Amino acid sequence: MTTAAPEKQKHGLFNRPAKPYVHPYVGGALLGLVLFLAFLITRNGLGASGGLNRLIAAGEDMIVPGHIDQTPYLLKLAGGDRNPLDDWSVPVVIGAIVGGAVSGLIFGRFKPELNKGPRVSNRTRLIMAFLGGAIMAYGARMARGCTSGQALSGGAVLSAGSWALMMCIFAGAYALAYFLRKFWN
Amino acid sequence: MTIFPLQQFVSQALSENWWTYLVFGLIGFFFGFALEISGFGNSKKLAAQFYFKDLTVLKVMFGAIVTAMVLIFLSSAMGILDFSLVYVPETYLWPGIVGGVIMGIGFITGGFCPGTSLVSAATLKIDGIFFALGVLFGIWGFGETVDLYWNWWNTNSYYGRLTLMDVFHLPTGVVVLLVVLMALFMFWGGEQLERIIGKRDLQKEPRQRVFGAAALLVVALAVLVIGQPTTADKYARLMLTREIEGEKVQMPAEEILSGRYVQIHPGELLDNLADYRLRVVMLDVRDEADYNLFHIRGAQHVPLVDVPGRVPGLISQTTATPNTIIVVMSNDEDAATDAWRALVAEGIPNVYILEGGLNNWIAIFGHDDPDITPTPGPVADDDLRYTFPAALGDRYDAARPNPHEWELEYTPRIQLQRRRSPSGGGCG
Repeated sequence: MTTAAPEKQKHGLFNRPAKPYVHPYVGGALLGLVLFLAFLITRNGLGASGGLNRLIAAGEDMIVPGHIDQTPYLLKLAGGDRNPLDDWSVPVVIGAIVGGAVSGLIFGRFKPELNKGPRVSNRTRLIMAFLGGAIMAYGARMARGCTSGQALSGGAVLSAGSWALMMCIFAGAYALAYFLRKFWN
Repeated sequence: MTIFPLQQFVSQALSENWWTYLVFGLIGFFFGFALEISGFGNSKKLAAQFYFKDLTVLKVMFGAIVTAMVLIFLSSAMGILDFSLVYVPETYLWPGIVGGVIMGIGFITGGFCPGTSLVSAATLKIDGIFFALGVLFGIWGFGETVDLYWNWWNTNSYYGRLTLMDVFHLPTGVVVLLVVLMALFMFWGGEQLERIIGKRDLQKEPRQRVFGAAALLVVALAVLVIGQPTTADKYARLMLTREIEGEKVQMPAEEILSGRYVQIHPGELLDNLADYRLRVVMLDVRDEADYNLFHIRGAQHVPLVDVPGRVPGLISQTTATPNTIIVVMSNDEDAATDAWRALVAEGIPNVYILEGGLNNWIAIFGHDDPDITPTPGPVADDDLRYTFPAALGDRYDAARPNPHEWELEYTPRIQLQRRRSPSGGGCG
């Protein structure tokens, strides 16, 4: 059940009609298989915010090199002669972007779109998206991992902290969902 | 022999094998692919979760968690995966709870989480691109502000490597089965909500999902029946790497012991204690009476029976601080050797035994102390061979020799094995 933005739908790169998504249980099983193989081969699970964090640190290191060495948090990633990009999380993030794009191309979903609730202007939706991203990422770094690195990966290896955190993500989202119901519906 | 995780990902830096980056890139590729085909690039699908209309998020997420979980613990039960080497995110309870609630707020505000926004942006969804830009801004903002509450973030409610098995004191197989049952119940409940609120016709759902549920249950039961390998099982399968004359040699743990590669001379321990680049953890595994009579300053008292209980903590410590050396000690070597076996079997790196134990240590550093006298007559193996006027613990000079006053000859045994830090975020 794909929902495209109604008014300004453009043609995708290959002009394919968008195919429906796979059944959620199939998607879950495939994602679980990838997660299992990641742990089996590499001892690490999946992650997104950690790799992005390192990309940011690398960027900061290029623009203001001295700053990294004065910030304890960044020091761990890129202090001294450390290369912040030399970490498992970086190729995972890059791979995920490529994988998402390839899947989008194959199934005709690689096209500019703005997904939003019917009652919201594009401008509001984009401001909220940016804001939500900033809030989410701040929380993810505080919790030492996002939905992928903590909830998914930590959940699968039965980390107690990851399970507590997963409950809190859902609790936080459900608590606010009522107040944002007009935004999404 | 336990072959997974592959040792190139454990005991070597990634840069030593270029293909390891490729493996992570491929994992990332299929990660992004699986998210996209599940509809996670679409914010409306993600947000619908929180209005009970379309519970795709719950189904995909818990589907993935339980699938990976049963396969991980089945591999561990069958002895092909060493679970102690698998990275379990450390528990920082309160930073996790606060961060989690903030994440939930961000999720419903923006409609994505960091990983899904990348996939969304990669398929040109404008809202996904804005969310991803917000993510970069938020990450930057965290790095700039965490100093304000650095201590709270790093030390508050830190439990290290803590699993649900530890929390509930239940065997792994039981926890795995309970999680599967909970997930299946949630799937059922989710479908009911979709039927009632989302007006979905459940008759059109594929019948095969029942077989999927049955398969999960069967594997979970298999995990329960087989059981996880005991420390003795792991020890029997264990191969350790040792560098001998410039070459890396793999050998069974018992050969390492009989070759006396891990028994370090007291002089080597003393020098390493003085080496600021190393963190030396000394575990004194004797009984409390002996420990109270005399112990090396800084040695922690961990009776042999309590050694297994220290394993999760030591895994966390050695993961967080890879330049950690653990030295176990008893009066001679018997109990210390048992402790060594228990620790290395659980995958803890850089564990050594104090050669000749405390008796040897005292013979070297305490022979000119008039208060410490050899016990007359025969002494049983691994008993203390000295008598003390009082239980002064580490207040004898011999308990804290000055490393600069002693020039001892010994063959260095310690080869620091630095493992790759698996925590990729900002915590390694």
